[in-house]
Amino acid sequence: MLPTGIVGAAQDPWIRWDWISAHIPVIRNALVQHIELTVIAVVVGLLIAVPLGLLAWRQNILRGPIFSVTGILYTIPSLSLFAILIPFTGLTVLTAEIGLVSYTLLILILNIVEGMDAVPQEVRESARGMGYRSLAELLRIDLPLAIPTIMAGVRIATVTTIGLVTVTALIGEGGLGSLILDGLIRDFNTPLVVGTFLSVLLAVVADIGLAGLQRLITPWSRGRSTA
Amino acid sequence: MTFFGQVVQWFLDSAHWQGDVGIPNRLFEHVSISAESLIAAALIALPVGIAVGHIGRGGNLAMNISNVGRAVPSFALLVIAIHLVGIGFWPAFIALVALGIPPMVTNSYVGMREVDADVSEAARGMGMRARTVLWRVELPIAAPLIMAGIRTSAINIVATATLAALVAYGGLGRFIIDGLAQRDTVQLFSGALLVALLSVGVELGLRVLQRITTPVGLRIKAGTQEVRTARLSTA
Repeated sequence: MLPTGIVGAAQDPWIRWDWISAHIPVIRNALVQHIELTVIAVVVGLLIAVPLGLLAWRQNILRGPIFSVTGILYTIPSLSLFAILIPFTGLTVLTAEIGLVSYTLLILILNIVEGMDAVPQEVRESARGMGYRSLAELLRIDLPLAIPTIMAGVRIATVTTIGLVTVTALIGEGGLGSLILDGLIRDFNTPLVVGTFLSVLLAVVADIGLAGLQRLITPWSRGRSTA
Repeated sequence: MTFFGQVVQWFLDSAHWQGDVGIPNRLFEHVSISAESLIAAALIALPVGIAVGHIGRGGNLAMNISNVGRAVPSFALLVIAIHLVGIGFWPAFIALVALGIPPMVTNSYVGMREVDADVSEAARGMGMRARTVLWRVELPIAAPLIMAGIRTSAINIVATATLAALVAYGGLGRFIIDGLAQRDTVQLFSGALLVALLSVGVELGLRVLQRITTPVGLRIKAGTQEVRTARLSTA
């Protein structure tokens, strides 16, 4: 006699199209929530990372502490970080976002510092010679030249966040992760496959989209490798 | 009693330090499955990355597979593994190995590609055989990046081993998953603290190991390596 698990697995195909067509609104909502959670995390992450990154770049003394703190945040497993927050912020979107934002910081700050460091000294001196003041130089010379490296960070942060959002299903959010969790709880393949597939697809589309955006906002670097 | 008082009491309770469900055994489960997965992943990933980097062909394919691998959520990987092999140790092990492979392939490939061709040339000119050039020149130069890849994989694996409690394997994640299920925030918080401490400990330990294994002449500023790999892998 076969254990019931094996019989169940044999009867449950990887994809049941009838389940998908009956659950289009559920899938759409999960996808929309996934995108919302990701966009908020990356945008808030950037709003925090840009000033911190510039600070780390300008003030050598702050570089170590900023990298250490964001490095520790990055090292703590996502589920553990969410669990540490729950006693204080509960099972809320806020808990999910604090965790997700924390993970973007190290990647974004590293790339901002690296990008700014890579601006050639001669370019800076030319800007000074042309009469740029330090703020104008920062906004119109340094930052634009650092964009390819910063955008590489944004791409990594976005792809990472899209993956991490699935874990927030365990604390009641989750986007497409809620479909994956549903598949786990009910031992049912279709939502699992749909959730995983859409999550990977979303990551790939976001990565390509951001690469396109980068080409659009840095027309001078087209046709040259940014690596 | 305050919340933190309860957490302290949880840690002082001797029942949480004994038997199969105690902290020592959960820690052992967590560390052992992580170590086994890391070794298995390294045995697959390092030869592939090093060979592809050394030969210099098939690099794009290896990098693309690695990048797509990074986009697959570890949570999904774990649940898919259950559906393939049932619950317990094996789904967790398979998911952790799959998760550990991409960073090590990427880093060992990039590390080997970044070895200055002139240096290999000079080594050959000095009469070294191809195998000696690989072992005595190219690998030591690539070592820091390869170690960085091993570190990244180890951190990812230890982190995701927390989720292994979901597939009915133990590990420190058990306290978090049970805490969530029982709405027991004290257990949840204490377990999370243990996992966080373990992860930070592993990270620091591997940093020291990486420093020791890096030839003195190749030591560079902290942080630079991560950026180099990160940027190269999305280029």
